[in-house]
Amino acid sequence: MSDTMNKTKPWLAPLLSLLILLVALSAWHLATRPKEAAVIVDPEYAALVGGAAATGAKSAFPGPADVGAKLWEHIKDPFYDRGTNDKGLGIQIGYSIARVMAGYLLAALVAIPLGFAIGMSPLIYRALDPYIQILKPISPLAWMPLALYTIKDSGISAIFVIFICSIWPMLINTAFGVASVRRDWLNVARTLEVSPLRTAFCVILPAAAPTIMTGMRISIGIAWLVIVAAEMLVGGTGIGYFVWNEWNNLSITNIFTAILVIGLVGMLLDTALARLARLVSYKE
Amino acid sequence: MSFLKVESLARRYDKAGPAVFENVDFGIARGEFVCIIGHSGCGKTTILNVLAGLDEASGGHVFMDGREVRGPSLDRGVVFQSHALMPWMTTLANVEFGVRSRWPEWSRAQVGAHSTKYLEMVGLGKALHKKPSELSGGMKQRVGIARAFAIEPKMLLLDEPFGALDALTRGTIQDELLSIVQATHQTVFMITHDVDEAILLADKILLMSNGPQARIAEIVEVTMPRDRTRSSIHHDPQYYRIRNHLVDFLVSRSNDYAGLPASEPLVVRPGLEEDAPIESHPPGAPVVRLVS
Repeated sequence: MSDTMNKTKPWLAPLLSLLILLVALSAWHLATRPKEAAVIVDPEYAALVGGAAATGAKSAFPGPADVGAKLWEHIKDPFYDRGTNDKGLGIQIGYSIARVMAGYLLAALVAIPLGFAIGMSPLIYRALDPYIQILKPISPLAWMPLALYTIKDSGISAIFVIFICSIWPMLINTAFGVASVRRDWLNVARTLEVSPLRTAFCVILPAAAPTIMTGMRISIGIAWLVIVAAEMLVGGTGIGYFVWNEWNNLSITNIFTAILVIGLVGMLLDTALARLARLVSYKE
Repeated sequence: MSFLKVESLARRYDKAGPAVFENVDFGIARGEFVCIIGHSGCGKTTILNVLAGLDEASGGHVFMDGREVRGPSLDRGVVFQSHALMPWMTTLANVEFGVRSRWPEWSRAQVGAHSTKYLEMVGLGKALHKKPSELSGGMKQRVGIARAFAIEPKMLLLDEPFGALDALTRGTIQDELLSIVQATHQTVFMITHDVDEAILLADKILLMSNGPQARIAEIVEVTMPRDRTRSSIHHDPQYYRIRNHLVDFLVSRSNDYAGLPASEPLVVRPGLEEDAPIESHPPGAPVVRLVS
């Protein structure tokens, strides 16, 4: 029934989304609206902290309009660089994406071949399984001190943390995908005397590709979650550092803006991986 | 001398227990079409997989063309029960996959042309660029047949290829297979559950007794002329004699053989018998002659 509704009124769902947004924004606006209060304060204190804050009429918590204005400001000039602690949001996001990509691609380079080996050989699977089971549930941030101590460079340590957190879903999904390739397809390759290498690339890889892509999609999501926390710890650059820096500046508006941008970039990364997954999927 | 020779093949899952099948001996001459019939669990598919080189027997040997079968080979094309097409490849790519492996020195155009020829032979000239998911069950099985024929193997192994198809589609593909086999004189070994299919296609039908310790109990020679067609075959008086013989075997005799000690399979030609009652041929009693 809901299906037919979606077909006859395709605008209904977007309209509802818009309505929810409006309700949420209005509630936010009402909750943060400056109060009309006539509290008499010391004028010197008022001059020090700003009039509105001194009277308690304006809270540090911004309204939607403030955040919107700030967001627009960042969008207009995303790449300015005015020193260590004042870089454009675009630059910070760029740093974060670069770190995520470096760690993620390194993880893929290790996880996919290793997952292949684990999936093809029950012996390797049984040998490595205990290590995977122990290493997998470790919070990637727990590696951070160790990484900082051994690698010393904070930027590379962040990349290492991304590497270690995104390797597991890819490894496990690749191994599972490779191990569960239909016996029939492998038998076809065997009866046609297809070489092991060609079987790996022409049969096993395409057969396992959808499962591998699912693992890659989970990994990019986790990597993007972890990069914010990692950059809060290592500092210097990146969107995580930006959020922490703005917390120190007590600029809730900037934090809000950053949160919004983090969500948007995460969504874009996920959508990109979903597109790729659709390219390699097949219908039986 | 037989082109394919199977000698005292046996399969047991544990060393102490009884064999699934044992003392399986038979031969297939070049150009011969042999069907094997038996109840589920008697090991037909295992025998076929051993012939294909995909499985190993616990005992016995298989020779093809004077050489022992060890592992799969392009000399033996296999059509799988579940068609086993790669769903991410088009129809043409599925056939080309095997052709490229058979003749690695061929150019892309040669591989394409050769594969197209075989797909056209099974009536799929218009579905070259479709994915298996866009094809009906019958069309998928045709692709499987084209893939096996396209590598021009010395022998074809068919594992109940039409089992999952409806009766109408099955009939059409049987006709196609019959005409291709008659044209190419392909040597074929095929598993089937369909008595009519076996009579239509086979020169020789191997009947397996029930397991455990299943074996080939009788070899039925289909004595009707080779130019059979599905529309006329049931007018031949031999047809019902053979059919009754096979059905009687499946209904009762396959079980009677189970307790008897292993012996050479009976070679029978029920088509040439003057409607003698089947009951007069209890298992063990020679009907025409023992295999020599």
